[in-house]
Amino acid sequence: MWNWIQRFSSPKHFYGMSAPLIKWFSIGALLIGLYGLYLGLFVAPTDYQQGESYRIIFIHVPAAWMSLFVYMVMAISSGIGIIWQIRLADMVAAASAPIGASFAFLALVTGSLWGKPMWGAYWVWDARLTSELILLFLYLGYMALQSAIEDQRSADKASGLLAIVGVVNIPIIHYSVEWWNTLHQGATIAKFDKPSMHIDMLIPLLLMAVAFKLFYAAVVLVRTRNEALYRDRNRRWVRELIERL
Amino acid sequence: MLKAYYHLLIRDLRLSLRSRHELANPLIFFILVVTLFPLAVTPTPEALQTMAPGVIWVSALLAVLLSLDRLFKLDYEDGSLDQLMLSPNPLMILVLAKVTAHWLLTGLPLVIIAPLLGLFMSLPADAVSVLIYSLLLGTPVLSLVGAIGVSLTVAVNRGGVLLSLIILPLYIPILIFGANAVDVASDGLPVTGQLLFLGAVLALALSLAPLATSVALRITASR
Amino acid sequence: MLEAQSLECIRDDRLLFNDLSFTVAESEVLQIEGPNGSGKTSLLRIICGLRLAEAGQVLWYGESILTNREDYYANMVYIGHLPCVKGDLTVLENVRSLLDTRSLTLSDPEIEAALAKVGLASYEDVPGKALSSGQRRRILLAFIELSRARLWILDEPLTALDVQGVALMESMILEHRQAGGSVVFTTHHGMQLDCDMSSVQLGRKKEGSRC
Repeated sequence: MWNWIQRFSSPKHFYGMSAPLIKWFSIGALLIGLYGLYLGLFVAPTDYQQGESYRIIFIHVPAAWMSLFVYMVMAISSGIGIIWQIRLADMVAAASAPIGASFAFLALVTGSLWGKPMWGAYWVWDARLTSELILLFLYLGYMALQSAIEDQRSADKASGLLAIVGVVNIPIIHYSVEWWNTLHQGATIAKFDKPSMHIDMLIPLLLMAVAFKLFYAAVVLVRTRNEALYRDRNRRWVRELIERL
Repeated sequence: MLKAYYHLLIRDLRLSLRSRHELANPLIFFILVVTLFPLAVTPTPEALQTMAPGVIWVSALLAVLLSLDRLFKLDYEDGSLDQLMLSPNPLMILVLAKVTAHWLLTGLPLVIIAPLLGLFMSLPADAVSVLIYSLLLGTPVLSLVGAIGVSLTVAVNRGGVLLSLIILPLYIPILIFGANAVDVASDGLPVTGQLLFLGAVLALALSLAPLATSVALRITASR
Repeated sequence: MLEAQSLECIRDDRLLFNDLSFTVAESEVLQIEGPNGSGKTSLLRIICGLRLAEAGQVLWYGESILTNREDYYANMVYIGHLPCVKGDLTVLENVRSLLDTRSLTLSDPEIEAALAKVGLASYEDVPGKALSSGQRRRILLAFIELSRARLWILDEPLTALDVQGVALMESMILEHRQAGGSVVFTTHHGMQLDCDMSSVQLGRKKEGSRC
């Protein structure tokens, strides 16, 4: 069993296996995403309170979900890499970080754009936006630590540990910020979260969530392949690959 | 095991007390930064009282952050860190000893000087006592969590800013509850919830942070 | 006593050694030889458990040192390149501090006797920063002497030592060996040791070998 895992998770094997997967994930992401956007932008009814501007949630909410999801993946991969010394896991973690950070950034930007018609300002210290901002900082810290340490293995383990510590802290941070927000919000309730959703709005939202996941899957495979090539650039399988080109 | 903890604690305290000139720096920094705010904003008592909890807490955060470097740096540079890691005693205990020394030399002075700063910032007396409690519960957590960050960056050249980038997001919950406790106390309201939260975070940090720090140290050593 | 199995070490994307195996028995002196950059220090750090090998394992009486740290560390001592001496502590305090991490508490006369043996007889209360680098290394020699470790792992132990210091180190190793202890060391200078030594060669194309 262990031998099978070792063989299966060798970068060389992964490289060969992942090429067709990327194609399928990308096509899936594109088709489902387009359909979801169509439903969301054209078919879903106008919101009673917010008019048309609410439609940005079809990008904003999946992006926020993904930023958390990718962080989880990063932390779990790092854990696998540290405990069982599987290099592919380290590569996946390193490859995921910029993607997750981009999702966090996208969530912040779309949240800010949504804020303008909602609150009249491009930035408000809403609980969710603030939590998202802190998550972005956690990502940036991870990436900064990775690039600051020269030895690749140490860099992976160090930033991996940071990701695990971050994962433990995320619920604490989230709860603290929410609590902080309720103190300072006063009477208005944040409209960003949990209105009861009409089914016609929920379906496109879930479709977009699936599309974003497939998109992440495709992109992380591409980036992990690059990591594998770069890190193993002195090994035989990469050199053979180059010679065959 | 307890003996090893005790001896390492004494050693670190002794070392710091013998280079006494460095000890006062975080403290002076703390006072200085707090002083900047009345100068930069306004010295009216009402404004100061509104700013006070946040200003004092953020300054405390930054003062601890600045002083974290010395936690492992000197030992790393002269090889003592290797010897600590080769001890038959659990590394967690030794880490705890060093963090205790760090808190006694950095966090505790901040707590002691806090009433003075409460005075500078026109805090009412009730709020000052809550300030002391919140700092008393919060500053050990800052040292404990900070140790994780330092152990990850001790081998990085000029890792000070990187350290801040890594640690500050983790400090945010303590900041929120600590500052809020003082704020609410100024209005005479109860603060048990906030202090309990700080206590809970302290308990969590005491149990997990030394473990994370020792794992991080072993990662750093393998270079 | 100590066994290395199929150790592999990669540093900065270079393979330093591969499939390296050797054993250290009691009363054995093992020298790790090789040119600069061949991985001697890395190998010692791997044996100490301070560094993880890319492949292979190190066993102490049959158990991996990574799972058996307490027992292993209680019986070994490691000296690296760095002096481990605190400038603001006196010589006596420095030795005590090093022994404290091993939970060894010795009386003042015992420590003073060891200091006298290494040539630091009247230096107990001198702060570390007032010592020369050779004298600082002698503090480490006193530490090794007092450490009650069965295995000594020494990286360039002759660093900064003068002629008498070198002779002292050599005699200490011989004494230790005679008492049943073992030593693993690396050095550029040839050490004139009056005993049988095993050797591991690094920096060759093939794996290291025992002679």
